[in-house]
Amino acid sequence: MMETTSTTTPTYASIKNQESISLAKIPVLNYSKFYGEIVNRLKEPQVHCVNYYAYPSGELLRFICCLADDSVGDIKIFSHEMQKKEKVPLTSITKEVYAFHIYEREIRENFGVEFLDSPWDKPVRYAFNRADRGKLVNDYPFYKIQSEELHEVGVGPIHAGVIEPGHFRFLCNGETVLHLEIQLGWQHRGIEDLFLKKPSLIQRTVLSESIAGDTAVGQAATFVSSMESLGNISVSDRLMLERTIGLELERIAMHIGDLSNMCIGLAYQLGASVFGALRTPTINYSQLWCGNRFGKGLMRVGGTHYPLDNSLLESLEKFLLNFEGRFSTMAEKLFSLSSVLMRMENIGTVTKTQMELIGAVGMSARMTGIERDLRKSHPTGAYQKVAYDPVFEVTNGDVWARAILRKKEIIMSIDFIRHLIARLKSTTEATRKPIAENTLSLLPNALCVSLTEGWRGEICHCAITNGDGKIQHYKIKDPSVHNWMALALSLRDLEISDFPINNKSYNLSYCGHDL
Amino acid sequence: MLFDELRIMQQHGKQFIPDVTKPQLPGPYKGRPEISAVKVDEQALASLCPTGAIGTGPVSIDMGMCVMCGECSFAYPNKIRFTTDYKIATNVRERLIVKEGDLNAITLDESKIRTEIRSLFGRSLKLREISAAGANADEAELNACGNVNFDMGRFGIEFLASPRHCDGIVITGPISENMAEAVQVCYDAVPDPKMIILVGSDAISGGIFAGSGALNRSFLDKYPIDLYVPGNPPHPLTFVNGVLEMIREKKK
Repeated sequence: MMETTSTTTPTYASIKNQESISLAKIPVLNYSKFYGEIVNRLKEPQVHCVNYYAYPSGELLRFICCLADDSVGDIKIFSHEMQKKEKVPLTSITKEVYAFHIYEREIRENFGVEFLDSPWDKPVRYAFNRADRGKLVNDYPFYKIQSEELHEVGVGPIHAGVIEPGHFRFLCNGETVLHLEIQLGWQHRGIEDLFLKKPSLIQRTVLSESIAGDTAVGQAATFVSSMESLGNISVSDRLMLERTIGLELERIAMHIGDLSNMCIGLAYQLGASVFGALRTPTINYSQLWCGNRFGKGLMRVGGTHYPLDNSLLESLEKFLLNFEGRFSTMAEKLFSLSSVLMRMENIGTVTKTQMELIGAVGMSARMTGIERDLRKSHPTGAYQKVAYDPVFEVTNGDVWARAILRKKEIIMSIDFIRHLIARLKSTTEATRKPIAENTLSLLPNALCVSLTEGWRGEICHCAITNGDGKIQHYKIKDPSVHNWMALALSLRDLEISDFPINNKSYNLSYCGHDL
Repeated sequence: MLFDELRIMQQHGKQFIPDVTKPQLPGPYKGRPEISAVKVDEQALASLCPTGAIGTGPVSIDMGMCVMCGECSFAYPNKIRFTTDYKIATNVRERLIVKEGDLNAITLDESKIRTEIRSLFGRSLKLREISAAGANADEAELNACGNVNFDMGRFGIEFLASPRHCDGIVITGPISENMAEAVQVCYDAVPDPKMIILVGSDAISGGIFAGSGALNRSFLDKYPIDLYVPGNPPHPLTFVNGVLEMIREKKK
């Protein structure tokens, strides 16, 4: 491993995805050293930050920063700490690395730590246990421009459709949007706190399925992997294959639903109906498998209640075949209609540079040409056994790119699931039941970083245990945390009437952000 | 060309469910539970439940709290069995509590349905959905109620954007403190007479979020609830059938 600093003492600890490490092995740096290390390492395009957060520990406020390095497939963990009472103001990293705005804003909101000269120091979600209870969700400090020619349009928190709440504030010059600011927090349920308050494994598993109900499989997979890592529980190859099928099915179901919603935004009725109808058998397959159309119940620590037996595998193959035929004719039609292309091409374009700056992940990064996909760079489970070839060829960064990427990823996922089915058929081992509550014993004083490429992108959970092997802190990061800024950037210099199609083309999570 | 469209339509065929009261859901689906008289360690059974939905002496399950994880039925298959009966919506909160030996369907209490609901909304019901910290699964299922499969629009049931045009509100999610005011403002904007429907265990009881310091459920203490639609999330058929039961005169 290359060590770039002159000193021989290590400045970080390195782990692989879903590995645990003793807290004692993570070097604690002073802030100026920490700052320098982070800013320097993030100059490499292959390195990005997957989490940076603070947590209280006795008299201390401890800071953990995890940088994923795609070139070597590891996660480097950096740390610094301060006395809780002191609340020393820190130099803002956001000034150098824009993607850090969300991390520093959260730390400030939760613990009252100031970041000096932060360029975008705004509240994040008005958490119930925030440092300053005097700040209220209705008093968000929106960006303003003083001009008699401009006007503001405010939408939400309740929107026109049956969707989650959020507030959008458009600064407009006539019909043209100069700036869109997105205020979230309405969905805040105190979920990280509940991970500590609700002690049983099943409570926490159900909680993980409810972080974002549209990503129940992805979020729960990330949770159970972190528990299995800290609990030193190995799971069979068969179970890994089955879980991966769950993840890829969730991707297909959400992508096809999004294509349907985008067709509604385009006023293309046939596409909306057909893609909507195709979502039904996709989630009905989940229901056939585990009883729930969103895959709730599939992910359990150590095993499963719902083994994918041969008859289920046959149904899956039949479903994929039927889906593929119906999907491809409709998709072919959609992407050949000039009236559709006119509403998607060069609409809401963002650049690769912008997406790098905001730390975009998942589809929102890939559609501008950023080659970022955890299934390839930090694979775990079945992605290690069966190589996944991510779709990296879409680079336009517009609504069209977000639509066509979904189409390509659906086709790729179908192909990938078929490979997984073939593997499963040649495995004879049986899956185990989930482990019993009282048999889980977690490594004490340890940290686990668990990353999953969910359908929206990178999901990151960081679990920290105390000396008794109890969870002391549980940090959740949904991909939308970064990607909301992409939607705001898409709207610049666009007609305000193009907002719905752009919003649908990202389909970001409100509750995943608000926690 | 037009032929492409025709080909696509032919390929997909008729998608709607002709009679929404009839479909059978597959085995692992968890609907109304049945609790047998088999003797078990009731405390141990109750302690398995992540939301405290299981009562003891005799054993009962509160479907308003149940998140359908099935832990109880996996551990005590002879005691608790989830049927595939998805018609579990009701207008009386107590009817969501299924007790040992109860094998009957969960129904609405006809005497408690306000007369104006049937006379005014029987053939047209417009609703304003409020996601109050809902996790987007309940919301997705409500959207599915209007898709080409479940197509509740054929019964005159529809979600609209403006509360001014609506006959009631549908709440999903456990109601966060940050959404409490918006829920009230939206409800106030709906003209009288109006109804309140709670969808999902999160809305009915707080679900897995019950006890969180980030919630403010005081809105629910102020008004009577017209329909409880349990589930995590509720199946579209649970919602559509529940609403139809409420707004339509029973066929004699």
